[in-house]
Amino acid sequence: MNRLLDALSRIFDFGLTGELLGYPFVQQALLAAAVLGLVSGVLAPLVVTRKMSFAVHGTAELAFTGAAAALLIGVGVTVGALAGAVVAALLLGLLGQRETERDSVIGAVLSFGLGLGVLLLWMNPERASNKFTLLVGQIVGVRPEENMLLGMASLIVLLVTALLYRPLLFASVDSEVAAARGVPTGVLTPVFALLVGIATALGVHVVGALLVMALMVTPGAAAMRVTASPVKATLLSVVFAEVAAVGGILLSLAPGVPVSVFVTAVSFGIYLVCRVVGGLRVNRLTRGNAAAAV
Amino acid sequence: MQRPQPSTEPVEHPADEAGPAETALGEERPPAVRLRDAALSYGSRELWRGLDLDVAPGEFLAVLGPNGAGKTSLLRVLLGLAPLSGGSVSIAGEPAHRGNDRIGYIPQQRSLQNSLTMRGNDLVGLGLDGHRWGIGLRHRATRARRVREALRAVEATDYAKTPLGLLSGGEQQRLRIAQAIVSEPDVLLCDEPLLSLDPSHQRRVSELIGRQTRTTGSAALFVTHEINPVLPLVDRVLYLVNGGFRIGTPDEVMNSTTLSELYGTEVEVARVGGRLVVAGAEHEQDHHVHEGGEA
Repeated sequence: MNRLLDALSRIFDFGLTGELLGYPFVQQALLAAAVLGLVSGVLAPLVVTRKMSFAVHGTAELAFTGAAAALLIGVGVTVGALAGAVVAALLLGLLGQRETERDSVIGAVLSFGLGLGVLLLWMNPERASNKFTLLVGQIVGVRPEENMLLGMASLIVLLVTALLYRPLLFASVDSEVAAARGVPTGVLTPVFALLVGIATALGVHVVGALLVMALMVTPGAAAMRVTASPVKATLLSVVFAEVAAVGGILLSLAPGVPVSVFVTAVSFGIYLVCRVVGGLRVNRLTRGNAAAAV
Repeated sequence: MQRPQPSTEPVEHPADEAGPAETALGEERPPAVRLRDAALSYGSRELWRGLDLDVAPGEFLAVLGPNGAGKTSLLRVLLGLAPLSGGSVSIAGEPAHRGNDRIGYIPQQRSLQNSLTMRGNDLVGLGLDGHRWGIGLRHRATRARRVREALRAVEATDYAKTPLGLLSGGEQQRLRIAQAIVSEPDVLLCDEPLLSLDPSHQRRVSELIGRQTRTTGSAALFVTHEINPVLPLVDRVLYLVNGGFRIGTPDEVMNSTTLSELYGTEVEVARVGGRLVVAGAEHEQDHHVHEGGEA
């Protein structure tokens, strides 16, 4: 408890925060967070519309397994996480084609992946703290070459998402009509799962496997509470994700508490505010409609 | 099961009788839909074969029949989502293919309940370019104008900016029509668009589709269990049962003799106060007629 109070009291130690900002590794971390905020912010509204929160969770767990394997054999953690997430996306795409089954498939794959990851960590003679970061994130460990990979992967995800955006949106809200209009809905599902997988794997490095939903889901869910426009929802979601990711890191610097604590707290705070604002908005709109109908 | 023979001379309903289409835009438009000796089967199960059908521009064709008779499958064939097992199909003079711009599609009303992040104008806009790649930054002004026009045509301008999830089923269905007509199609394929709507909305939605066929000359293929809400609009009926079918005006098809022949059992058709009541067809059909009849 004292440790917590002590840490929190340092949040507003701007001198220390400022000093830490001078370090290249902190700057690298902020850069990574900004890129990640952009990617996850763009994808989050689609993830929410397609009801893929649980899939994100499952993918993140397998990204963790991949990262654990990478740690064991001495490859970059991000590479491992990417490999794990891609395997997850393919598995979920192959096994969970039927919507009724998807939920249980994710549950089954997820628990096994997590177990496998724990085994891989146990086999690893390295320090325990390094392993812990895979679950809860430790962005200050990001190396420049990993940032390169992150940047490249993010760019690819963003470009492909832009290319697929309209059909993806169409298929997400209205799959029957989209299919009738010739949108290849059957192909879009696994492709989008793959994009989400890559983004999730990148997120594992910042907030860790367990908390990746704070960036991949919550900003989208929050944005969709307060606007009815898909474009505005995407813009807001990016803003929310950026505030959570970058803001979370800034807040965590002085106290030295793991970043995920602050990233998730900021993200959840935004979500709560949006729920309240959104509730008021729906009330107003419903009343407006009722008045118009009279 | 004996398959009733489709009449070798299909009851012709030439374009010049179809009425309004050719008055406005009639010149040399090819048939909106043309099926020649078309057959469809799944595995060993034959849904229909020997189907010859020309749907003229502006014509309103009701597609009736019990569940499993292949009504929705017919729409899938026209949409290019399923191949025929025999014969040929063309839409506005061209072979049917996937992602056809010449077709507007109106599905059953359902499941837009949760969409709070989508407004009527977004939904209609997707009908125009939702199948195209990219994020669509070009031609935004033209797009907005066409969406506005489609919304005006179905009188949905008032709630075009309300989240879909807050709209009634009837309002959502009007937006569906706008979504289908925004691309100015030659054919409207309607798959049970009245299902789960109350009678006044049923009338409203059918009238809007009927008006669309008259004013733009697009044909409508209207799949339905219940002919009564659309009866005043219907030019011809395609009635599919157990691998057989009949094509003709409502009077030619919706009578006791023809339907008894088609179902292979005693079917009674009566006119009650301008409505058609079919008795003795399979249970499901019966049920829907009663449901409508009470309205």
